[in-house]
Amino acid sequence: MLEKRLVTERIGKIRPESITDYVDSGGYEALKKALKKTRIEVLEEIEDSRLRGRGGAGFPVAVKMMAMAKESQTPKYIVCNADEGEPGNFKDRYLMENDPHHILEGMLIAAYATMAGKGYIYIRGEYSKSLKMMRQAISEAEKKGFAGKSIFGKDFDFTFEIRSGAGSYVCGEEFSLLESIEGKPGHTRVKPPFPTEQGLFGYPTLINNIETFSTLPVIMEMSGKAYAKLGTKSSTGTKLISLSGNVKNKGVYEVPYGLPIRTVIEAFGGGVPEGRKIKMVQLGGACGPIIPEYMLDMIIDFERFEEFESKVGAGAIIVIDDRFDIFDILKHTAEFFSHESCGKCTPCREGNTHLKNIIDKFHRYEAREEDMNLLENLARVMHQTSLCGLGQTAPTAVISTLHYFRSAYLERIEKSFLEEGHDAKYQNQQSRA
Amino acid sequence: MELKTVLEKYPKKPDCLIELLLEYQNGKATRHLEEDELKMVAEYLSLPESHVFSVVSFYSLLSMVPRGRHIIQICHDVPCYVSDDFNVRHTLESMLDIGIGETTEDGLFTLEHSSCLGCCDQSPVIRIDEQIYGNLNRNKLKAIMSQYRSEDHA
Repeated sequence: MLEKRLVTERIGKIRPESITDYVDSGGYEALKKALKKTRIEVLEEIEDSRLRGRGGAGFPVAVKMMAMAKESQTPKYIVCNADEGEPGNFKDRYLMENDPHHILEGMLIAAYATMAGKGYIYIRGEYSKSLKMMRQAISEAEKKGFAGKSIFGKDFDFTFEIRSGAGSYVCGEEFSLLESIEGKPGHTRVKPPFPTEQGLFGYPTLINNIETFSTLPVIMEMSGKAYAKLGTKSSTGTKLISLSGNVKNKGVYEVPYGLPIRTVIEAFGGGVPEGRKIKMVQLGGACGPIIPEYMLDMIIDFERFEEFESKVGAGAIIVIDDRFDIFDILKHTAEFFSHESCGKCTPCREGNTHLKNIIDKFHRYEAREEDMNLLENLARVMHQTSLCGLGQTAPTAVISTLHYFRSAYLERIEKSFLEEGHDAKYQNQQSRA
Repeated sequence: MELKTVLEKYPKKPDCLIELLLEYQNGKATRHLEEDELKMVAEYLSLPESHVFSVVSFYSLLSMVPRGRHIIQICHDVPCYVSDDFNVRHTLESMLDIGIGETTEDGLFTLEHSSCLGCCDQSPVIRIDEQIYGNLNRNKLKAIMSQYRSEDHA
């Protein structure tokens, strides 16, 4: 019983397209329960749960909601971030395709507590099935009176609108996402002001990930205090893990925080196929650290993950076996970021191109010692000076491998230019210099 | 569907731009947007033309280059890369005799590269139009492609 199914409890037991199945299995009861409480009581319940955002940054949900509740400016918006573009993550798609009403119910609870009147769900354009499922769920919810005017006979009106992304990873970043809903290119904004102060169309906006909203009904049902008893001290509750790469059973698994990464790979993933060995694991996605096999006993926990100078928490575990070279993996990651940088700020736009070029040198056996120093400096500068999470976390894979796989870099430098032709080229360059 | 018909479905609000462009583009046989059309959209939403162009050039799913009837997107991020035992990209390139970003002579297929398609549990994965095909191997890929070819000739 390593799995703890709270957010995913209904999945597989109900027909996702059927609102009747959802209601018959206790759906929208959590909303009903919330509506019987005052807004302050709902906020306190969420505060008791010590829930942290599930999209990656791990910001305390109650703090954000309370800031939003205090804003007197109207209209107020709830935005659901369903732009799941981080390589290796697919849990939000899993929730949308298998239990769409749970997401709507969570958004409704958040809207009631913060006095918001309209919700946008921003779904990435590649997720055709999710777009269809969510559109259908909204129309069913409206028909049954769970959305629209006077929900449950209360003085509470709320409408939903779906927005499709159009192929851009950076739109998963909160400000870029808001820009995209407004019909603009996904260029991030400088903060503060934060979205709860000036968000969508300049109005107070609460923006959270799908999994975060899906957790709110669970907290309403079991109480915040009971929820906080699950998991670890810094990370309460459960987390959806997207397990992929070289494992036998890839998939989404819901586990309490505090489980070792190795347990997830072995107990759920069934280990690596064909008796091969794990060489490295990338955590969180392309923006996350790459760690060696000997570190897999590390537990899944916000504090432990923060040791990598990167906010990793979307919950991807990508297992890579011993057939692969770290520079193959880094090359893919670097190509991804140089393609997806929005171009607004210099450290990210220029940095990612240079990062890719230096990694290419290592990949082609053409790296020198100064390339390694340059790489280290560049990664630091990008991490510290980029405007948004994309540029700040793009060099995480490089920073972590420079630390844990340093010998691989040194070995590559040693072997560079040793092949025929390379040596002469190197000599030439030296004499010219 | 004609552009005018699509425009009339949307209120004259700038935030409808992306939805509107996607709907119109995806309904066209060539799956692309032309300069004159973008000017019409800009006029309808009272937006500067430069804004509409900047949006089209920013987003990967919008194109100003004519494309084939079916768009094949290949994911090459790490989860697909480490599960790809036969090189999906090269296999498709040699089957269709085109490279990434190109369209077959008969106008049936366009090959594109896509960032992670969010189906890493089925890796390696491709997406053809709106359909995901996962757990690919060489034979499965051949079968999928011949199915598309026979449907289009029928």
